[in-house]
Amino acid sequence: MALVLGATGDIGRAVARRLGRDGWQLQLAARDGQRLEAEARDLRLRGISVETHPCDVLSEDAGVSLLDALSATPDVAVCTVGVLGDQSAASDDWRTAERLMRTNYNGPALLMGELANRFEQRGSGVLVGISSIAGERGRGTNYTYGSAKSGFTAFLSGLRNRLWRSGVHVVTVKPGYVRTRMTDHLDLPGLLTVDPDQVADRIAVAIRRSQDVVHVGRLWRGVSLVLRTIPERLFKRMSLP
Amino acid sequence: MLAAGAERGLRLMGTTELAGWGRYPRVGCELATLRREDELCQRLGASTLIARGNGRSYGDAALNPELTLSMLAMDRLLSFDAEQGLLECEAGVLLRDLLALYAPRGWFPPVVPGTAEVTVGGMVAADVHGKNHHGDGSFGSHVESFRLATGSGDILTCSRDRNPDLFRATVGGMGLTGVVLSVRFRLCRIESEYVRAETLGTADLDATMATLAASNDWRYSVAWIDPSAKGSILGRGLVTRGDFATDATAASRPTPASRRQLPSPALLSVGLNQASIRMFDALYHRVGRFRSGLRPVHYRSFFFPLDRVRGWNRLYGRRGFVQYQCVLPVAQSSRGLRAILEHVASSGHLAYLGVLKFFGRQGEGLLSFPMSGYTLALDFPMRSGTVDLLDSLDEITASHGGRVYLAKDACCRPDHLREGYANLESFAEVRRAAMNGCEFSSVMSRRLGL
Ligand SMILES: Cc1cc2nc3c(=O)[nH]c(=O)nc-3n(C[C@H](O)[C@H](O)[C@H](O)COP(=O)(O)OP(=O)(O)OC[C@H]3O[C@@H](n4cnc5c(N)ncnc54)[C@H](O)[C@@H]3O)c2cc1C
Ligand SMILES: NC(=O)c1ccc[n+]([C@@H]2O[C@H](COP(=O)([O-])OP(=O)(O)OC[C@H]3O[C@@H](n4cnc5c(N)ncnc54)[C@H](OP(=O)(O)O)[C@@H]3O)[C@@H](O)[C@H]2O)c1
Repeated sequence: MALVLGATGDIGRAVARRLGRDGWQLQLAARDGQRLEAEARDLRLRGISVETHPCDVLSEDAGVSLLDALSATPDVAVCTVGVLGDQSAASDDWRTAERLMRTNYNGPALLMGELANRFEQRGSGVLVGISSIAGERGRGTNYTYGSAKSGFTAFLSGLRNRLWRSGVHVVTVKPGYVRTRMTDHLDLPGLLTVDPDQVADRIAVAIRRSQDVVHVGRLWRGVSLVLRTIPERLFKRMSLP
Repeated sequence: MLAAGAERGLRLMGTTELAGWGRYPRVGCELATLRREDELCQRLGASTLIARGNGRSYGDAALNPELTLSMLAMDRLLSFDAEQGLLECEAGVLLRDLLALYAPRGWFPPVVPGTAEVTVGGMVAADVHGKNHHGDGSFGSHVESFRLATGSGDILTCSRDRNPDLFRATVGGMGLTGVVLSVRFRLCRIESEYVRAETLGTADLDATMATLAASNDWRYSVAWIDPSAKGSILGRGLVTRGDFATDATAASRPTPASRRQLPSPALLSVGLNQASIRMFDALYHRVGRFRSGLRPVHYRSFFFPLDRVRGWNRLYGRRGFVQYQCVLPVAQSSRGLRAILEHVASSGHLAYLGVLKFFGRQGEGLLSFPMSGYTLALDFPMRSGTVDLLDSLDEITASHGGRVYLAKDACCRPDHLREGYANLESFAEVRRAAMNGCEFSSVMSRRLGL
C-alpha cells in the first residue's frame, strides 16, 4: 500500500496516478474531503483501489490521528504537502510567516516522523518527502518558504541516517520549477520547468532504486550545486528570482 | 498522462506563444489552466476567453490573446456504466488515456479522429469524424449530454432534451458557446484490440471514389491519395478498410510482424518532399503486386499511425504548415475533387499526402463539418503563395456547394465560410445568449467574423 499526502495537489495527483498504475493500492490524504473524493472516484474508475482520509497538517495531532485511521501501515508514503506563499506578506506579518513555516516544516516533518517510527518498528518501508531547491539557500525573494524547506530537507536526511540500518529508506525530492497551481502566477523559464508527471515518474524510479536525494529535470543538480557554492559575499548582492 | 498546464510555449512578456498543430499562425496568448470547476467563475471575470484542449486543431481555433484557458488539468473520470458503456468524464481527458484504460476491457470510443492526442472537449467542439463516419456519424451523435459553463457562470446540462439549442450549437461550435466541463457519451463493445484490415490500390480518382463507396459495409474505410499524380492517374490511391476482429480471428493471427505489414501511407506526410512521393509510388506498386489481403492490425497502427512519430509537425520548419480539408456533396464530388486536385497539381505547390473519405449523414451540430459526400484533406507547407492557393481552393469548394473544416482551417475568408455553413445565423443567436457576461471568441472566430 502507498500513502499519498496532499493528494489533491498537482504533484500529489500525478503521484497517485503513477503509483496506482504501477499496481499500488492507495491511501490518499488531503485537507479538503470533497475534492479528495473526486480524485478517489477518478482513480477507482481507473481500476485502482483507494481509501481516503482527511488530514490537515496544521492540526495538532495530524500525524497520530491519520495513522490511527489508516486501514494498514503503508509500505510507501509520499508527502507532497506544501505552500509557496508570498514573501512580502510573510515578511510583514508574523502570523502569515508562522503559518508558512508550519505548513512547510512542522506539519510535514512531524508526519514523516510518526510514519518513520511505525516503519522502523516493522523494519521496512520507504518514505518520500518533497522538499525543494528553494531549501538549498535562503534567497531574499522566498526565504520563509525556503528556510522551512531547508529544515524539512535536514529532517529527512536525519531520518535517513537514523533508519538506514533498520531497513527503512528515505527519499528526498528536490524539484526546481514545476508547472502547477503553486507556480501559475510566475513566469517560469521553459527550459528549466517540468510537468507534475515528470516529478511522479522520478519518484517512482527513486522508490524502486532506493535513491537518497533526487532532482527532477536535467539541469537542476547543477543549479543546486552553483546555488550552494557561490560565496556569501557575492550571494548577498545578487538579485535572484 | 496528467499534464497540468502542460504547454511548452515560449513565455513572452507574461504571455505564451501558442499555435495549433500546424504551427501557423503563432500568437502570444495569456494562458491559464483550469483545475477545478469552482475556479471557473474567477476566469469568467475576463471579458473574453477561449477554451483549449490539447491544441490538435491545426489553425487558430484554440487561441485567444486575452485568455486561453487550458482544460488539460480537467482530466478526471466521473462515472462509467458498464452495462450500457456510458462514460462520463471531464472535458480535458485525453483520448489516449481512455483508450489505454478501456480498450483492454473491451470498450472503444464510438468515433476516433486520426490522432489519439485530442481531448474529449475538443472532440465535442469540433464534432470530430473518424473512418466510420459513413455508418456511425460523427462524435456528437454518440454524446448523450454535456455540462457547459456559459458567460454568466451558469453551468447548464445540455442534451437533445435539455437546452437542445445549446446542445446543437456547442457540438461542432469550436468553443464559441462556452466551456464544456464534462461529457457523457457511449463506448462500443469490441472483441479484440485488432482491426482486420486490407488495402487496395486504385488507379484514378473515379476508381478511388468507387472503391470507397463500395466499402460502405466495412465499419472503417479511408483512402490515401497520391497528391503528385496528374493526368490519367490523377487521384490514384490506396484504400484501406477494416472491421474490429473478433477474438477468434485475431488469435488466429497473432501480433502482426511489422516486417510484412505495409507502412501506413499516413507516414508519408512526415517524409516531406520528393522522397515521400517516391515512397507512395513504391507502396502503391507493392499493394498492386501483393494485394495486401486481410490481416489483423493493432488499433493504434490502424487509427493513429502518425502518433508514433512524436512532434512530426515540427518537420515543416518554422513557418509551419496548413491542412486543407473540405467536404463536397455527393453529386458534386467527382467534378469538385478533380478541380481541386488539378488546381493543386498545376499550382506548383507541393501537397503532402491526400486523405479521402466518404461521409454519411450531416452532423447534428449547427456548425458540424460533415455532410453526405466526399471529404478531402491535403497538407501544405506554409510558403509565400500558400494563402492564395487556399483561397482559390475555397473558391472551388464553395462553387461546388461544399465547406471547409474549421478544426483544420487557418485562412478561410468570412464570405466563403458563409457559403458553406447554412446555419450561421441560428448559431450566432444561440451563442449571443450564451455569452451574457463573457465573450467566447478565438483568433479564428474574429478572422471569420463570427
Ligand atoms: C494528426 C491529426 C489527425 C486528425 N484527424 C482528424 C480526423 O480524422 N477527424 C477529425 O474530425 N479531426 C481530426 N483532427 C483534428 C482534431 O481531431 C480536432 O481538431 C480536435 O478538436 C482537437 O482536439 P483538441 O483537444 O486538441 O482541441 P484544440 O485543438 O485545443 O481545440 C479545438 C477546438 O475545440 C475547442 N475546445 C477544446 N476543448 C474545449 C472545451 N472543454 N470546451 C469548449 N471548447 C473546447 C477549442 O476552443 C477549439 O475551438 C486531426 C488532428 C491531427 C493533429
Ligand atoms: N511547483 C513547484 O514549482 C515546486 C517546486 C519545488 C517544490 N515543490 C513542492 O512540491 C509539493 C507539491 O506542490 P505542488 O506544486 O503540487 O502545488 P499544489 O498543487 O499547491 O500542492 C500542494 C499540496 O499541499 C497541500 N496542503 C497545503 N496546505 C496543507 C495543509 N495545511 N494540510 C494538508 N495539506 C496541505 C495542498 O492541499 P489543497 O489541495 O487542499 O490546497 C496540496 O495538496 C509542495 O511541497 C511544494 O513545496 C513545488
